Amino acid sequence: MAAVSAQTTSLPIRGRRAGLQANARGIYIIWYRDIIRYWRDRVRLVSSLGQPLLFLIVFGSGLTASLGGGLKDQLGDVSYVRFLFPGIIAMAVLFTAVFSGMSIVWDREFGFLREVLVAPISRVAVVLGKAAGGSTVAMFQGTILLVLAPVLGVDLSPLVVLKLLLLMFLTAYALTSVGILIAARLQSMEAFQMIMNFLIMPMFFLSGAFFPLRGLPAWMSVITRLDPVAYGVDPMRRLLLGSDLAPGIRFGNHHLTTIEDMLVLFVFATVMMLLAMRSFEKQE
Amino acid sequence: MPSIEVTGLSKRFGSLTAVDDISFQVEEGEVFGFLGPNGAGKTTTINILCTLMRPTAGSAKVAGYDVATQRDAVRQSIGLVFQDPTLDERLTAYENMRFHAHIYNLPGKEHAPRIEEALRVVDLWDRRHAVVRTYSGGMRRRLEIARGMLHYPHVLFLDEPTIGLDPQTREHIWDYIIELQRKHAITIFMTTHYMEEAEHCDRIGIIDQGKLVALDTPDALKRMVGADIVSLRTDDNARASQEIKERYGLDTQNEDSRIRLEVADGAEFIPRLVRELGVVVASIDLHRPTLDDVFLKLTGRAIRDAEADPLTMMRTYARMMGRGGR
Repeated sequence: MAAVSAQTTSLPIRGRRAGLQANARGIYIIWYRDIIRYWRDRVRLVSSLGQPLLFLIVFGSGLTASLGGGLKDQLGDVSYVRFLFPGIIAMAVLFTAVFSGMSIVWDREFGFLREVLVAPISRVAVVLGKAAGGSTVAMFQGTILLVLAPVLGVDLSPLVVLKLLLLMFLTAYALTSVGILIAARLQSMEAFQMIMNFLIMPMFFLSGAFFPLRGLPAWMSVITRLDPVAYGVDPMRRLLLGSDLAPGIRFGNHHLTTIEDMLVLFVFATVMMLLAMRSFEKQE
Repeated sequence: MPSIEVTGLSKRFGSLTAVDDISFQVEEGEVFGFLGPNGAGKTTTINILCTLMRPTAGSAKVAGYDVATQRDAVRQSIGLVFQDPTLDERLTAYENMRFHAHIYNLPGKEHAPRIEEALRVVDLWDRRHAVVRTYSGGMRRRLEIARGMLHYPHVLFLDEPTIGLDPQTREHIWDYIIELQRKHAITIFMTTHYMEEAEHCDRIGIIDQGKLVALDTPDALKRMVGADIVSLRTDDNARASQEIKERYGLDTQNEDSRIRLEVADGAEFIPRLVRELGVVVASIDLHRPTLDDVFLKLTGRAIRDAEADPLTMMRTYARMMGRGGR
């Protein structure tokens, strides 16, 4: 046995229930961990931009070349690539946000989740920290795409960028909570492919990222209104390209304003978060 | 006040009773071991004590707090080192420690000195900025132990702290644990199925099929099984037997070319015997009862037989492969 020091440190008595400060600190460090991991993984950071760029360049240019006339009827003077741009930003936000939320499944698989769940902080703080981390990272990811704006002839004033950051954050928050809720219910990554095919891709395709959400068949029109991503794409497009192209999601005769879109996103996110918190609270 | 107080604790999963009405106390500063085969209920008990599971019946207090009703207080008072790794492999050792310091709400100005102290004790200070993915299995386990101690817990729970590690690393890890325990007067509650490890404990509870079948110091447990066994070969076994019977009043048995006898304290008896016996002794063997023998006597099975379920073996193997990389 090793030589042992005889000095004895007395232990502070701790009996209190985790207070506000403890939980705030917990939220902070869970958020911070996501940021560290994001910056450390530059390869993923760059490669995850590949897909949006592929859509923008190949899909955008391809459709413009083959359907040029028809697109002009719909979009007027705006090129399809420009039309696509806000949708592509939303796409980057969508994928990063959902995967960040779902990374809890990996944490469970690799054991780290236990370190978090046995800590003297509330499950509410755990979920909030994770949501903050995922939202921030997804917002970054969307922001990187803004470097393309000058190339596409999209004007960016500081105020527009600021508003866009807010919209991206809120969209990211709503979608991260979807990811967290999935992770709370999912025990392994086996169902991942299914979630990708039957939830995330449809959310993307029906969001209005590719085509304006008007003149659609009735059934499809209903589904698009249930898609949270739609409430992110529309205000982003309105902000970047004007309200002609994005008049707002229609309910009866009313077109949703940007503030209303944000409200929808916020309420949706809150419901998801509450469900996720309840789910984690129940887990032993 | 005892550090751990368990009264009539039970945990059932459907029709399976994992923990069956167990009661015990662990005193402050004690190193207490739970010994038993896999599936005996050790991990379930630990999970209940560290608030990860709720008991079906009975109650338990850790550091004076009830594990069912005062969860946060219990969590703040305990450190945990699990069987399975719980580190973030993509973070550095230092970042893992920092995460822990925050999530346990340690005062900000104590973070740096405590992290340094803990990492130095387990000899990882020089590697603190390396990402944990590059660590070997032993280094990871040391980091987990350092992290479990960072918030100066009253009770440190170690669930199979050295499983899947080579014997040399295991020995090192024990040195660290004992050093930390002495320095901070921490109560240690550990589970193991390695007999050699159980020897480090002040007291041992033997658990089998959810029931606590014995609880005592390692020496007392071994005395339960019986005396030490001395076996010797001499130039003239018949005469030696005769002499042992007359001089010490001990019964001997002849076994092939050796004489076997039972004696209370073999280590003390052997030198006396060699000095006083009128026959030349060619070889002497001392067999002291091990905890293996204790387990065998209490449960009718050897601990190794009791645990050979393929899933666990596979898991252990997978873990060793995953960690052995460096």
